[in-house]
Amino acid sequence: MPKRTDLKSVLVIGSGPIVIGQAAEFDYSGTQALRVLKEEGLRVILVNSNPATIMTDPEFADATYVEPITPEVVEKIIAKERPDAVLPTLGGQTALNTAIALDKNGVLAKYNVELIGANIAAIELGEDREKFKGVVERCGAESARSHIIHTMDEAFAAAEDLGYPMVVRPSFTMGGLGSGLAYNEDDLRRIVGQGLQYSPTTEVLLEESILGWKEYELEMMRDKNDNVVVVCSIENFDPVGVHTGDSITVAPALTLTDREYQKLRDVAIAVIREVGVDTGGCNIQFAIHPDTGRVVVIEMNPRVSRSSALASKATGFAIAKIATKLSLGYTLDEIPNDITQKTPASFEPTLDYVVVKVPRFAFEKFPAADNTLTTTMKSVGEAMAMGRNFTEALQKALRSLEQKGSQLDFSHVPEYEVAELVEKAKRPTTERLYQVQRALLGGATVEELYAATKIDPWFLDQLQLLNETATDIRKAGALTEDMLRNAKRHGFSDEQIGALTHNSEAVVRGVRQALGVRPVYKTVDTCAAEFAAYTPYHYSAYDEEDEVGLHAKPSVIILGSGPNRIGQGIEFDYSCVHASMALRKAGYETVMVNCNPETVSTDYDVSTRLYFEPLTLEDVLEVIAAEERTGGVMGVFVQLGGQTPLKLAQQLADAGVPILGTSPEAIDLAEHRGEFSRVLDSAGLIAPKNGTAVSFEDAKKIADEIGYPVLVRPSYVLGGRGMEIVYDEANLSRYIANATEITPDHPVLIDRFLEDAVEIDVDALFDGTDMYLGGIMEHIEEAGVHSGDSACVLPPITLGKNVIDRVRTATRAIAEGVGVRGLINIQFALASDVLYVLEANPRASRTVPFVSKATGVQMAKAAALIGTGVTINQLRSAYKMLPETGDGSTLPFDAPIAVKEAVLPFSRFRTPEGKVVDSLLGPEMRSTGEVMGIDKHFDTAFAKSQAGGGNALPTEGKVFVSVANRDKRSVIMGVKRLSDLGFEIVSTGGTADVLRRNGIQATPVRKVAEGSSAEGEGTIADLIVAGEIDMVFNTPSGGEARSDGYELRAAATSIGIPCITTVAEFNAAVQAIEAQRTYEWSVTSLQEHAANLTAAKESVNA
Amino acid sequence: MTDNNAATHPNDVDASTAASAAPAVLVLEDGRTFRGRSYGATGTALGEAVFATGMTGYQETITDPSYARQLVVQTAPHIGNTGVNSEDAESRKIWVAGYVVRDAARRPSNWRSERSLDAELVEQGIVGIQGVDTRAITRHLRENKTMRAGIFSGEAAKAADSELLAAVKASAPMEGARLAEEVSIDEAYVVEPKDHGWEGDARFSIAAIDLGIKAMTPVRFAERGVRVHVLPATATLEDVKAVNPDGFFMSNGPGDPATADAQVKLLRSVLDEKLPYFGICFGNQILGRALGFGTYKLKYGHRGINQPVMDRRTGKVEITSQNHGFAVDAPMDGASTAPEERYGRVEVSHVSLNDNVVEGLSCLDIPAFSVQYHPEAAAGPHDAAYLFDRFIELMDGTKNSAQTTSAQTSEDTK
Repeated sequence: MPKRTDLKSVLVIGSGPIVIGQAAEFDYSGTQALRVLKEEGLRVILVNSNPATIMTDPEFADATYVEPITPEVVEKIIAKERPDAVLPTLGGQTALNTAIALDKNGVLAKYNVELIGANIAAIELGEDREKFKGVVERCGAESARSHIIHTMDEAFAAAEDLGYPMVVRPSFTMGGLGSGLAYNEDDLRRIVGQGLQYSPTTEVLLEESILGWKEYELEMMRDKNDNVVVVCSIENFDPVGVHTGDSITVAPALTLTDREYQKLRDVAIAVIREVGVDTGGCNIQFAIHPDTGRVVVIEMNPRVSRSSALASKATGFAIAKIATKLSLGYTLDEIPNDITQKTPASFEPTLDYVVVKVPRFAFEKFPAADNTLTTTMKSVGEAMAMGRNFTEALQKALRSLEQKGSQLDFSHVPEYEVAELVEKAKRPTTERLYQVQRALLGGATVEELYAATKIDPWFLDQLQLLNETATDIRKAGALTEDMLRNAKRHGFSDEQIGALTHNSEAVVRGVRQALGVRPVYKTVDTCAAEFAAYTPYHYSAYDEEDEVGLHAKPSVIILGSGPNRIGQGIEFDYSCVHASMALRKAGYETVMVNCNPETVSTDYDVSTRLYFEPLTLEDVLEVIAAEERTGGVMGVFVQLGGQTPLKLAQQLADAGVPILGTSPEAIDLAEHRGEFSRVLDSAGLIAPKNGTAVSFEDAKKIADEIGYPVLVRPSYVLGGRGMEIVYDEANLSRYIANATEITPDHPVLIDRFLEDAVEIDVDALFDGTDMYLGGIMEHIEEAGVHSGDSACVLPPITLGKNVIDRVRTATRAIAEGVGVRGLINIQFALASDVLYVLEANPRASRTVPFVSKATGVQMAKAAALIGTGVTINQLRSAYKMLPETGDGSTLPFDAPIAVKEAVLPFSRFRTPEGKVVDSLLGPEMRSTGEVMGIDKHFDTAFAKSQAGGGNALPTEGKVFVSVANRDKRSVIMGVKRLSDLGFEIVSTGGTADVLRRNGIQATPVRKVAEGSSAEGEGTIADLIVAGEIDMVFNTPSGGEARSDGYELRAAATSIGIPCITTVAEFNAAVQAIEAQRTYEWSVTSLQEHAANLTAAKESVNA
Repeated sequence: MTDNNAATHPNDVDASTAASAAPAVLVLEDGRTFRGRSYGATGTALGEAVFATGMTGYQETITDPSYARQLVVQTAPHIGNTGVNSEDAESRKIWVAGYVVRDAARRPSNWRSERSLDAELVEQGIVGIQGVDTRAITRHLRENKTMRAGIFSGEAAKAADSELLAAVKASAPMEGARLAEEVSIDEAYVVEPKDHGWEGDARFSIAAIDLGIKAMTPVRFAERGVRVHVLPATATLEDVKAVNPDGFFMSNGPGDPATADAQVKLLRSVLDEKLPYFGICFGNQILGRALGFGTYKLKYGHRGINQPVMDRRTGKVEITSQNHGFAVDAPMDGASTAPEERYGRVEVSHVSLNDNVVEGLSCLDIPAFSVQYHPEAAAGPHDAAYLFDRFIELMDGTKNSAQTTSAQTSEDTK
């Protein structure tokens, strides 16, 4: 049966900002969906608040709404666009929840909109714990056994049945309050006792523990004819207890017999049918008891998920693309397999390689957070690697993480450390893999570690195999061909081999290449070579036969940005993808190298060829060599993927690889303090006073000279890692002692910190002659908050023409002085009307996608073409990629205002005591993603940005205000306005006094430090937790108020109300609140904004 | 695209996981060789090189008699991870003539594992090779065709390549190979429903000819209340009639269906008796030949557990387990009269969605059907298990109509 003909237009709901647990994978799936829908000739409408996505590029949809994904806003879009259908299964839980809300509140019925790819009943069956248990039972399978109890006696009776340990979950408590694991009767008495009190219904759920069981996941597809296929089986290296997103996972499952695997398959199919998943993808998780094989169904997701992106990349089966086609009425057998072209999608991929995914964490950004891994996901990104066996894939995946210490360490383990390592490995943390491997290296047995960790002995033995191989490498003495082949077969990097043989990485590489020990590139083909593959999607392996085909034109290689991390996320993937798209369109053969399975760049459709490889020098050089021998290489782009490829620039150039765009020398110049200051000097520009220190003595001298406060940071970092504002010598001493490795190669940079400065961010293009200024962003928070965490507005709302002209002149001078060919990002600070240059980065920046969306100009595409020699003049005239006249510094006054807001992950992290980590912003970046609010005026745009980020501002209710002394003067106007608007103002101590003196009725409440009163009146933190406060405004100061501030910010974070910590943001919020009360919320697509902007420019010119 | 211009690495891969194992070499009939290390027994193994793409089920694969005289290349890189147990074997022994894997497990891990696959191969004298680029071998077989090959390890590997190649070329080809009798049992036996969870009396009895039958096949019948009389490949019509069956079944098995004249003759005589027939794999090819169609050898066969087949009657797709190197040549579109006209009309009931090969035949005028793939799975998905029910319905229908007919007959004679 062919596709439905009654659908003419479809609204796709995206997933919004990147947050932990919902990341770039939904841009990948959404982008695929949009492509399919357009190919099928439908009118496509998209809503997604995340400007850093490829899917929100105006060319991917007919109407692109960068608006908050809330039921209210989506209703407005539906009312305006009147789509025939809504496709909600490709935008994660956000999209699904929004669709459910629209169904429940009758909007879908009112506008006669059909939900496709999902049905509400199925979603509810899949997501409601109790209902799902019923489903599993009807399918003849098991869930974890449980009892609901109301008394201690019932708890003990249940214990007889369930046995220890047992999961205790009080019903209806906030954020899992009172949950715990009872290992014995004492625990049970204590935890259930408390739980019964915490639960408003005096009800506790007791469930058998499946901790330590083997964990599996099946990725499934179903079509309307009830054809069901398993796309991929995934086995977790970490047993049950660690969230799949935080676990090392392996595809295919490696430790099941066919009978056991088929049992999972049968159950999965029965469940998908019983739940009634309409069409599309879903996944089901299983736990298997390691000794008895008993199978328990954990849960299912009736939509495309994070693991479907992984499964797509792991198998070559494009789940999202096919799910979209199924939603239009196609069946699996009607859809061709892209890779083989001749066979249909109604089959199950079979792998002749092993895929390993490893999570990347960011605990270093949250020093207070407990690094125990639990069933709450905490990783911020992931890397995937493929190899012809597990050891090769694991080691490739680990080095793809690009973190210090991410590669296994085979140095000697003293015997006395072994017992401690085994003991530590009992608690699952980010370090467990390393502890296990080193314990084995030190002589612990597989059995001991199995007892400690429940990691399957087969995997433990593989770690032991790596240890044995390392020993062989060390013993070999010389770099022989046999030894090198053996090492490479198990994924050892040149660097690791060098460390084991006391050679440099370069020497190992030289000898290895001289001996002809080189990787071959195999193809991901869905079918284990049963059919010929037509998609050049490759991975390296040390095996016999190479499969890279000859190519006609020299290739343009784009190095991607590796695993997502805080400070380097999807924004860089955006630039890489755009470059590839623009270059392909211009007739080049593009080659993408990346190791992040979540991204659009690792979709095999994006570039001419895809190499799924780690982004280390070794791996990149081998890819370049493979491209070189099959048709030549024109050059490599290193400026698009962030710091990851940028730091390879010089080494690649040294190896004779042509670098496209800005030269490695220019990149180095911008990073080099002394040389960069000469560029500034000759342009008559100034930087804040600064110095470079290689010792504490140095640092102290510099700080004394330039005066505190100072901003200190290590050189060569992204995302402000280790950056701190230091107010006195004692703290400087602490910083130098604790935070950094300080050597002449890795000096510490010390800058005068400009207080109360306005920070300005600029993205520009330069071709050697002309500059195109993409956009000027004015930060809302003052300098000192990392630019990635700060909200910003484009065009700038408080900068006069004179300042903009100075910024423009300075940008050009720097671009020219550095020698940029392509993109440059410059950060300025304006303090007392003096323009300081904070830093310049001659590469694609985090803000490129935001600028592109806000101004309707594709900056990264233009940069890629400049890298191949096209001029800005040509881009303006012949290519029509840049406006014919004017640029981002000359936007007309009625241009739309775009606000970018950061989204922060504080609520995910807990201290070992179980408290939320502090949500104060600082010079170290901690946001995981961003949203954009775009509207005619700043106030409504800001309101949209807050709603889009999940912190919708209240329009009435109670606002708590407590600010540091230095801020008291600046907040009076704003607080007064809120009070006039009818908000109740609640305050403590000095702030309350100041407000009352200014005629603002502020209700006093108790500080946290004061504790509850004798009469039982709670503190402000208690009020917040009780949901009585609608917004918190707290600016931090030192001393006692700081700890008070922490408590109330933590309370606000844990219940998810807006918590504003700077005066600047508060003032913006007051404007936005007023606008929300005054104006009807209107929705405008990017395409409409672009048309308005063009009209405005024409009227200016006329 | 990628295939034509593939550059071959000049050096052979080594086999580090078993560095202590003896050198071994796989020699293909066209002279291509792959060097690795010995796996399982050492010595010489000659046969037809074929690749199997299942990611699970190696124990079922090597014990499937249909793989007799074949050197099986496993495309899944890790083999032996779950060891070997006494439940999952599909017959009394390992049948593959030789075994080609990339990474053999060092240690099995599974709660049902009883011993390692390596030990099992040694015990049964199966010569294997590990540490070779199994993907390269697979691509070679796919592009050229399945071909004769030899695995030589230990002393045997020391001979000159030309001698090894000569040995391969001297071995018997699969075309024209008559193997069913070799793998079949000598003595008949019965599989009882009550031993497989069926409560109450057997609903039907069938005679099943073992041409290389897998253990799971009679189990699938028995679970449904069907008593299975498993008979040797040499059984005659009298032997069949002797067990008084309600239906007749022919199993999978190795070799060239063109050599199965004895079984074709037997099946024709059974069909002439109007006894309901169901065939799997070899049993499908024999039905095809009995109806007068030809059979032919596929370039590289279908061997995997992910093979999509469409049941043309329902339009539904089933993911099937397959292992066949030969196929039936029958008209693809609509019903046609069988070349052996007395059997009336026949249609292709199931087709492979990968390459449109005939995967099932259904007779419209006599109670007979068959499939080329493996509804008993083992290894593989259970999507096609409904075919056992379909056969039971067929026997049911035939029995009822027979009763009706006999009732009418007795009416008439009054």
